[in-house]
Amino acid sequence: MPDVHDENDPKPLPPPGSGHLDYVGNQGLLVEQDTLIEPDPAKREEARSLWGDAWRDLRRQPIFILSALLIVLLVIIAIFPGLFTNANPRQANLAKDFLRPPDWTDFFGAGWWGYDGQGRSVYARVLYGARASITVGICVTLAVTVLGGLAGMAAGFFGGWVDSVLSRVIDIFFGIPLLLGCLVLLNAFTTRTVWTVVLALAVLGWTQIARVMRGAVITVKQADYVVAGKALGAGTNRLMFRHILPNALAPVIVVATIALGGYITAEATLSFLGIGLQDPTISWGVDISSAQKVIRQAPYVLFFPAAALSVTVLAFIMMGDAVRDALDPKLR
Amino acid sequence: MGSYIIRRVLQMIPVFLGATFLIFVMVYALPGDPIAAMFGDKAADPAQVASLRHKYYLDQPLWKQYLHYMNNLFHLDFGTSFTGRSVADIMADAFPVTIRLALVAFFFEIVVGLPLGVLSGLKRGTIWDTLVLIITLLVISIPVFVLGYIAQTVFATDLGWVTPTVQDSEDITQLILPGAVLAALSLAYVARLTRTSIGENLRADYIRTATAKGLPRRTIVTRHLLRNSLIPVVTFLGTDLGALMGGAIVTEGIFNIKGVGNILYRAIGQKEGPTVVGIVTVLVVVYLVASLLVDLLYAVLDPRIRYA
Repeated sequence: MPDVHDENDPKPLPPPGSGHLDYVGNQGLLVEQDTLIEPDPAKREEARSLWGDAWRDLRRQPIFILSALLIVLLVIIAIFPGLFTNANPRQANLAKDFLRPPDWTDFFGAGWWGYDGQGRSVYARVLYGARASITVGICVTLAVTVLGGLAGMAAGFFGGWVDSVLSRVIDIFFGIPLLLGCLVLLNAFTTRTVWTVVLALAVLGWTQIARVMRGAVITVKQADYVVAGKALGAGTNRLMFRHILPNALAPVIVVATIALGGYITAEATLSFLGIGLQDPTISWGVDISSAQKVIRQAPYVLFFPAAALSVTVLAFIMMGDAVRDALDPKLR
Repeated sequence: MGSYIIRRVLQMIPVFLGATFLIFVMVYALPGDPIAAMFGDKAADPAQVASLRHKYYLDQPLWKQYLHYMNNLFHLDFGTSFTGRSVADIMADAFPVTIRLALVAFFFEIVVGLPLGVLSGLKRGTIWDTLVLIITLLVISIPVFVLGYIAQTVFATDLGWVTPTVQDSEDITQLILPGAVLAALSLAYVARLTRTSIGENLRADYIRTATAKGLPRRTIVTRHLLRNSLIPVVTFLGTDLGALMGGAIVTEGIFNIKGVGNILYRAIGQKEGPTVVGIVTVLVVVYLVASLLVDLLYAVLDPRIRYA
């Protein structure tokens, strides 16, 4: 280990007496060196991993903080929409409220953002619509990460015929455009809930993560510590999940975060096209679609759900961007 | 290179068969009866239903239907839609429209997206860079159907510069607005990809060498920096052109363009199995050929990549 006493080497040394004889031996050397080069004490204080570094970076990034706050707020709205409004999103009073314009003085009230073409409160519908979007986004992302992650891991780790077969399966699913495949798949269901949409997007969307994971695993697999683990007799599971997975996860997490925004857009697009969510589920996509008819008289009916959708997607994309910058050592 | 191409083409065969079979299963095996739908509200005559089923091979097990379809496809016969029109005819009408729209969108991506990316990449950290980043982020997060409606309302209904829907798809001027809307998302990606790529290459040793030996900045940028930075962008553009050929369901719907996306959307809604399978089959081939060409293009552009 000729590099151990290099001042730039970030490799942590185990505490003395932890049984690593060769390390203890080297530490003597290092101490000697320390007195010579006097490294910055703050630098030596903690051993930082890629994740530790990324976290330190992220906490200082305004974009990350902004998007994290937005996402927390959106998740709270999705879970407890009733906290922010007393209005019932399904209550429709056509005689009184048909396309009633927004009343800007009625903060957080039913009429704050006006009423839609069926006399329903736009404000309440935007709040209650968050649940479908956020649920679809998070559930699809979790599903594709697990599904694609396992497939990519297996293909990358085992190589050979397993890789050949899995890669062809990935290619097959990749060849069918996501939106198009979902349209065909969802059209077969006459009643569609959030879970139907999640299923369709997950079944056709896992390939992206699988490809990223496969590539990452193939790179990591050749690292010395994996070879060392193998030489020390680590089993397949241990190698895969303790040695390779933590080190191959970074690109997967970045792609998954950015894709989350994409899945929310996909759900809204499907609902907009009439082949996604249906009543009684409240969905921004459906509301935007029905707002088209009244866009001339009442643009706000289109504006608010569209803005909510864009802000949600924006929050996740910004989060993904920030995480990518933090995890990318090239930008450091 | 030759053996690489042969291997890739051989690999495409199982992918082609798998993808077409997948779409075949999704169209024909999932619930929903297209023959019953043909009769609408009228009570169907069982004999007629049976004869129609036989005519469209729907009385056979799924794998036989698929083999039959593939056999016909091998003879370049895409079958007939349930309305009686030949699927090849339907596609011959729709594809030229979509190709024209795709080329307009592609033009915007190159003419607008690339310069924006180069600008923000070279002037990293300045107000221009921030501006490009914010605009592209907004464009990425606004869904295309919202963007389409805003564009339609503002430019067609309010300003009256163009007609709200496309009357004649052979008139390129009418395709400018839908093309711009369709291009928006990829344009933003092209700009960001160019910016990242330039940012990475600016720190490369060869740029420092070029600067150190006293080359003028213009030469460094055009001869050294751009040539290398544009490699990932060109490959993205190649893949994207393939994707654009698949038509744009949303954009074509908003502007009422009778292209592939529009036809496909209707066919899916009406359970027009032969039309859906036919068009998707062509799209899968387009995708496979596009990704092969992009990989070959990569080797041409980057001499470090050699396929054996």
